[in-house]
Amino acid sequence: MLSEKYITASCTIGKGIVNKNGIKAFENSNADTPGFLLSLYQHFKLNYPKFYKMDNLSKLCWLASEILLKDDFKPHLYQPEQVGIVLANANSSLDDDIKYYASVKDVPSPSLFVYTLPNIMIGEICIRNNFKGEHALFVQEEFNAGFIETQVNYLLDNDLLEACICGWGDVLEQDYKAVLFLVEKEKGEQSLPFSKDNMNSIFISN
Amino acid sequence: MGDGMNGDNKITHVFIVADNVLSPLGKTTAENFSRLKENQSAVKAHHNPEISQQPFFASLFDNDDFLPTNPKYTRFEQLLIASIEDALQNCNINAADKKTILIISSTKGNISLLETETYSAELKNRISLPHSAQLVADHFGFVNKPVVISNACISGVLAIITGMRLLKSGQYENAVIAGADLISKFILSGFQSFQALSPQLCKPFDQSRDGLNLGEGAGTIVLSTNEKYKGNLKVKGGSVSNDANHISGPSRTGNELAYAIKKTMGSAGLSTSDIDFISAHGTATVFNDEMEANAIAIAGLKSAPINSLKGYYGHTLGAAGLIESIISLKSLQEGLVLPTAGFEQTGHGTAVNVVAKQLRIRANNFVKTASGFGGCNAAVIIGR
Repeated sequence: MLSEKYITASCTIGKGIVNKNGIKAFENSNADTPGFLLSLYQHFKLNYPKFYKMDNLSKLCWLASEILLKDDFKPHLYQPEQVGIVLANANSSLDDDIKYYASVKDVPSPSLFVYTLPNIMIGEICIRNNFKGEHALFVQEEFNAGFIETQVNYLLDNDLLEACICGWGDVLEQDYKAVLFLVEKEKGEQSLPFSKDNMNSIFISN
Repeated sequence: MGDGMNGDNKITHVFIVADNVLSPLGKTTAENFSRLKENQSAVKAHHNPEISQQPFFASLFDNDDFLPTNPKYTRFEQLLIASIEDALQNCNINAADKKTILIISSTKGNISLLETETYSAELKNRISLPHSAQLVADHFGFVNKPVVISNACISGVLAIITGMRLLKSGQYENAVIAGADLISKFILSGFQSFQALSPQLCKPFDQSRDGLNLGEGAGTIVLSTNEKYKGNLKVKGGSVSNDANHISGPSRTGNELAYAIKKTMGSAGLSTSDIDFISAHGTATVFNDEMEANAIAIAGLKSAPINSLKGYYGHTLGAAGLIESIISLKSLQEGLVLPTAGFEQTGHGTAVNVVAKQLRIRANNFVKTASGFGGCNAAVIIGR
C-alpha cells in the first residue's frame, strides 16, 4: 500500500533568483514582478503565447512548472489522469483581484476576472502538460509542508496518482515566491525522499 | 481495492453526523427542505445599484441577515459561524478535540472589503481566507489549524472529499466542513463581463437555457469515523479531475468529468446500477449542461434521474457543493428527488433523465457532481 516516494526535481523562484534542483539557474534582481517574470520567460526561451494573457500568479507558477519539468519529467511514463497537482498559497488571487476591481470602475474585464480564482494557476499547468488527474488548491498563512505531505501521500499511496507536482505559489504586488516539487514513485539520480523536512529545507533555501 | 482500506482490509466508514443549510430559504436543513418541497425558489429579480447598474436575478439574503454579533467578524464570517453553530448543536462532536478538523470552502470570502475599504497592509490581512477561517475556528474552540479550500465552483465537493480522506487516513476522527460565499459587485460584475448570467430565472438542462443565476448561502456537514454512528449515511467515495482544455470553458467532450464519476463509483465499490440519482452541477449555461449531460452518459448513468438545484438557490459558488449535497442527502432519506426548477424541455445532444416533477424513489446512493473555472471537476457519492 505505502509507496516509496521521491522528490525527483525541485524549482524555487523568489527575490529575483531561480534555483533548479538546488542550483542557481537564473538571476534578475533589478526588475519588478511583471518584468522579472517576462525576463524568465525570455531567458528560458519558452514559446507559449498563452503566457501573455496570464496574470502574475499564473505566470509565476507556470514558469516554475516549466523549469521544474524540463529535463526531469518523462511524460511518456504516465497517462494524463495519473499526474496531478497540489498547491497552496497565502494570498489566494488577491494580486489579480485588485487589478480586476480597478477595471470594474471602468469596464469590468473578463480576461482579468477569470484569474480571480487561485486554482486557475493549476488549470494553466494542466492545459500546458495535458495533466488530467487529482488536484487541489489550499490557502494557508504559510507553507505547511506537513499538510502537503499528507495530501500527496494519500494520493500516491492509494494509486489515485502516479506523479504529483506539489508546493507553493504566491504573488502579491512586488512579493512573489514559488517552490515546486516533482514527486514520483521511481527514484532518480538526484532524488531525495519525499518528506516534509526535505520540502522545508528546499523552501527556506530561497 | 479502494482508498481507505487499512492493513487488515477493514474499510474505514465515514459517517454523516449532522448538517446545516443556511440560505434565503431557511436557517436549517429542515426549513430549507420544507420550502423546496413546496416548490419555493429563492431566486428573484433584484434592483440594487450597489451590486449592479442593471437589474439581475439572484438568490440573496436580506441585508440585515447575518449581521455580525461581534464587530470583529465580517458578514461572511458570521454566515459561516451561524451555519456551523446549527450543525454542531445537533451533534456531540467536540470542536476542541484534537481529533477534530475544521475545513472551510469559499471562492471569494471577504472580497467585498475591496469595495468598502482602501487597500492597505491591514486590508490584505483582513481579506485573507485563512484569517477568516482562523477567526471562525477560534470562535468554536477548534484546536487544529483549519484547512482552507479555494478551488472555484468545486470547492464544496472538494472539501467533502478532503474531509473524507483526512478521516480515512486516520489523521482525524471528525471533520466539520463548512462553505459560504456572498454575492458582491466584484462577483456579479465578473459574471456579467463573461455574459454568463441569465436575464431571467435560470433553466438547467433546458433547451432554451441562457445562463446562470448567482446565489448566497452556507452549508455545513459534520463527518465522523466513530462506529457509534453506524447506520448513518456515509460519504463513500470521491474523485477530482482536470479537463486540461480551457480555463473558463468546460471540456467539449465531458470525458474528464466522466472519469471522475467512474473513479468515484470504483472507489465506493459501486456500479452504475447502484446509483439512484444524480445531483448535478447544472448551472444552466449552454456549455456546462451540455458537457455534464455528456459526462453522465459516458459514465453509464444516462438513465439515472438527475436534477439541478440551481433554480432554487442560484449558483452559491463555494457553498454550492455543500448545500446541494445536503439537500440531496435529505432527498435520499425522504425518498423524494426534487424537480429541476426552471427545466421544461430537454436541450442537449445527449439524452439524460432530467427530473421535472417530484419523484418518489427508494434510494440508496447518489452522486453529486461539480465543475468549475480552471477546468476542474469533482464527484462524490453519499449513501446508505
